[in-house]
Amino acid sequence: MRAMGVRTKKGPRFLLTPEWWPEDRDLRDPTKRSSGLCRALEPGSPVPVTVKHAPPDFASQLCSQQLRDSGQVTSLFEPQQFQRVEFSRMASEYDVVNLGQGFPDFPPPDFAVQAFQLALSSDFMLNQYTKAFGYPPLTEILASFFGKLLGQEIDPLKNVLVTVGAYGALFTAFQALVDEGDEVIIIEPFFDCYEPMTLMAGGRPVFVTLKLSPTQDGELDSASNWQLDPTELASKFTSRTKALVLNTPNNPLGKVFSEAELELVASLCQQHDVICISDEVYQWLVYDGHQHISIASLPGMWERTLTIGSAGKSFSATGWKVGWALGPDRLLKHLRTVHQNTIYHCPTQGQAAVAQSFQHEQAHFGQASSYFVQLPEAVLRSRDHMVRSLQSVGLRPVIPQGSYFLIADISDFKSKMPDLPGDAEEPYDSRFVKWMIRNKGLAAIPASIFYSMPHRKHFDHYVRFCFVKDESTLQAMDEKLQRWKTELRP
Amino acid sequence: MFLAQRRLCSLDSRAKFLKTIYSSKILGLPASAMSLKITNAKRIEGLDSNVWVEFTKLAADPSVVNLGQGLPDISPPVYVKEKLSKIAAIDSLNQYTRGFGHPSLVKALACLYEKFYQNQINPNKEILVTVGAYGSLFNAIQGLIDKGDEVIIIMPFYDCYEPMVRMAGATPVFIPLRSKPVDGKRWSSSDWTLDPQELASKFNSKTKAIILNTPHNPIGKVYTKEELQVIADLCIKNDTLCISDEVYEWLVYTGNKHLKIATFPGMWERTITIGSAGKTFSVTGWKLGWSIGPNHLIKHLQTVQQNSVYTCATPLQEALAQAFWIDIKRMDDPECYFNSLPKELEVKRDRMVHLLESLGLKPIVPDGGYFIIADVSLLDADLSDMKDSNEPYDYKFVKWMTKNKKLSAIPVSAFCNEETKLQFEKFVRFCFIKKDSTLDAAEEIIKAWIRQKS
Repeated sequence: MRAMGVRTKKGPRFLLTPEWWPEDRDLRDPTKRSSGLCRALEPGSPVPVTVKHAPPDFASQLCSQQLRDSGQVTSLFEPQQFQRVEFSRMASEYDVVNLGQGFPDFPPPDFAVQAFQLALSSDFMLNQYTKAFGYPPLTEILASFFGKLLGQEIDPLKNVLVTVGAYGALFTAFQALVDEGDEVIIIEPFFDCYEPMTLMAGGRPVFVTLKLSPTQDGELDSASNWQLDPTELASKFTSRTKALVLNTPNNPLGKVFSEAELELVASLCQQHDVICISDEVYQWLVYDGHQHISIASLPGMWERTLTIGSAGKSFSATGWKVGWALGPDRLLKHLRTVHQNTIYHCPTQGQAAVAQSFQHEQAHFGQASSYFVQLPEAVLRSRDHMVRSLQSVGLRPVIPQGSYFLIADISDFKSKMPDLPGDAEEPYDSRFVKWMIRNKGLAAIPASIFYSMPHRKHFDHYVRFCFVKDESTLQAMDEKLQRWKTELRP
Repeated sequence: MFLAQRRLCSLDSRAKFLKTIYSSKILGLPASAMSLKITNAKRIEGLDSNVWVEFTKLAADPSVVNLGQGLPDISPPVYVKEKLSKIAAIDSLNQYTRGFGHPSLVKALACLYEKFYQNQINPNKEILVTVGAYGSLFNAIQGLIDKGDEVIIIMPFYDCYEPMVRMAGATPVFIPLRSKPVDGKRWSSSDWTLDPQELASKFNSKTKAIILNTPHNPIGKVYTKEELQVIADLCIKNDTLCISDEVYEWLVYTGNKHLKIATFPGMWERTITIGSAGKTFSVTGWKLGWSIGPNHLIKHLQTVQQNSVYTCATPLQEALAQAFWIDIKRMDDPECYFNSLPKELEVKRDRMVHLLESLGLKPIVPDGGYFIIADVSLLDADLSDMKDSNEPYDYKFVKWMTKNKKLSAIPVSAFCNEETKLQFEKFVRFCFIKKDSTLDAAEEIIKAWIRQKS
């Protein structure tokens, strides 16, 4: 990201080594010791996936095992079709450019790094517990920063909860508000933790799929063409619907919901007295003049919405694991109860660093010097670079309006080489990704994992790429694609 | 045309939600009052109160000498701070790490704890790094305890055990530590024991686990080999799990030894042992803890982890790993923090004992941990101001002491369940992992108090 004034570095490009759940699923062993939620490991039912480390030569390097960003299933459930694959062997044999992992391979901005260093070197009492619901300077700046954005008086004590990443905020929200038998509407494709979190809370996920409106031939598809059918969406609401999960900008599609689309969701939530859990971690990453709108800012929505954000995505520092939930006290008080009975406090110094970083952004808000302005500008160039490059081998990217990701249509490959190695039941995109890793040195994530089980077979012709990568990574990608292209020639 | 359609669509939805607002206005109620569905999930019903929130607020007054919350006001070791400082500058450590624990940290933990367990520990399958030991407790209880299960909790107990068990839909079964009479000699935490028969009677076919805390908060008891054997025997006989909270494992004083129940025959396969960076290195704000156990148990904690926080902060884990490597290499050296901290704290403990005795109290000398409890009823403090409240004696006493003596502590009945608060309501807990100037200030208060009494 040279434009950022950040030094270029080669990010880790080794492949994660997913390990499908080991064979000892036998319930006769002390697995009977598990709780009900873990007893979903019944034979024949989906099983969770863990991720092993990269091979020994990478052992000393940082290895992200973030399943969702490695493209492997992070959910409690994985399709039975997935066989055990030894990516570790593959990674050591092949030099792979990893465009699967959903985190930057460049550093956070200097001011953020400095903020962290300051937090570590100033008051030694920052090594001790802070306030359970959030380090006061952080809750205060979040309240003032987002209060302006949402057009809402936000009280740092009542309307803000700091969590361990946005992931932690989601978990806390589900545990606080979703009960046995409650229904939760999830829009597909979805960040894959929403489903297991709903299930862990005893809830029932109800899926509604973004449908693609047909494009002109030859034109590249856009994420904005993927839309909700209002009638279909309305039909998903029942008297048992407790919550709807909204993710804008969306992972994996990169769709940025428009005001009209949000109004549709809002009116249904109000009509049916439903809570909206709005995952807005990519809120700054919007392109082409699109605007991120927080549904909580629409009339009547503040009182029923939880707005979830992430320092990791805002400041390119995913390893800090600082997130937050904003909302009315009548919802937040229940999240606080869960929080005080799960982890109780979040680490102090990360919070201090994020508070300081937000101070910086507040001072530069809307100006060219703001990271929230610079980052999307720089990432846009990466997006466009990737969009151009992928097309050279016949991949057809769907242009995202936001987020870290795009999905690419691999239908041409599916028709030209339908029989890639893999299980009979394994979705095509998963087999394609494995083939691509082995043969083309590029890693991505099969898009079908972002769909509910019954729908996966309809969306097995897309793969997700992450473009929030350093210039050198994109150049390495180009080298792989060049080679691929030459291999295409008859 | 497409744009017009969208505008119409948006008008239509605007109309729809205006209708909602309008109808609520007709009833003369604010929109929020219309909600019957926006309620909490049943799992957290009744779990909203928390003693710390109340008492830390009380002690937040800077003029109050805070011996309440278990938070060191001493500096962590220099090399620990230095490690973290250097790490912040390393780019890659600002991004996600392995969900179940940063590689170098789990390796360090395996290496350290292998010295205590007979078996080698697999860093990936038998260790999980969590958000504090608190997070390990949560993962263990969520991963292993089911609705309808019973979990034995020894009283007084670190207060989160009960709500966590209830949140999992299980029933806590309490058993108190009871003290033998100690006329003539100093009261020690070792005088507080479990009655083996009473303990045995608490086990039944529904008992899924027992939660053990050694060294114990708040009494400071360090369970002996014989006492642990009794618990182990019952666990094996009843096929029960043991969740062993050993956060204060390094803080044991002369004449005592911390023993790990997981090292007893037959116990490794049924025990989760929990540790804490916060308590080990005096860095409670790092919120890093770990669970160690057999893979057939740890994997369930890992499942909870990947569906709750997913991963812990990277830079802190790397710094912790490096700090561990320093001390692992010098375990027999008095400079090793695992040795130097308990030595430092033993002096502070003895000072606190002396101070409390000079006030006419009978403190229970802890064999471990960094808390000391004392029966304060002997002071016969005038709590008439607090008479209106229904609270137990110790709650009233602590509030009175904070207000009138500018010294704060924690009421021990906060570590008891509703039914048994009265058993411990005369006791108050003081924390002594405090710098000398804090203890000097406490001493001044106590001296003045003594003068006032005479």
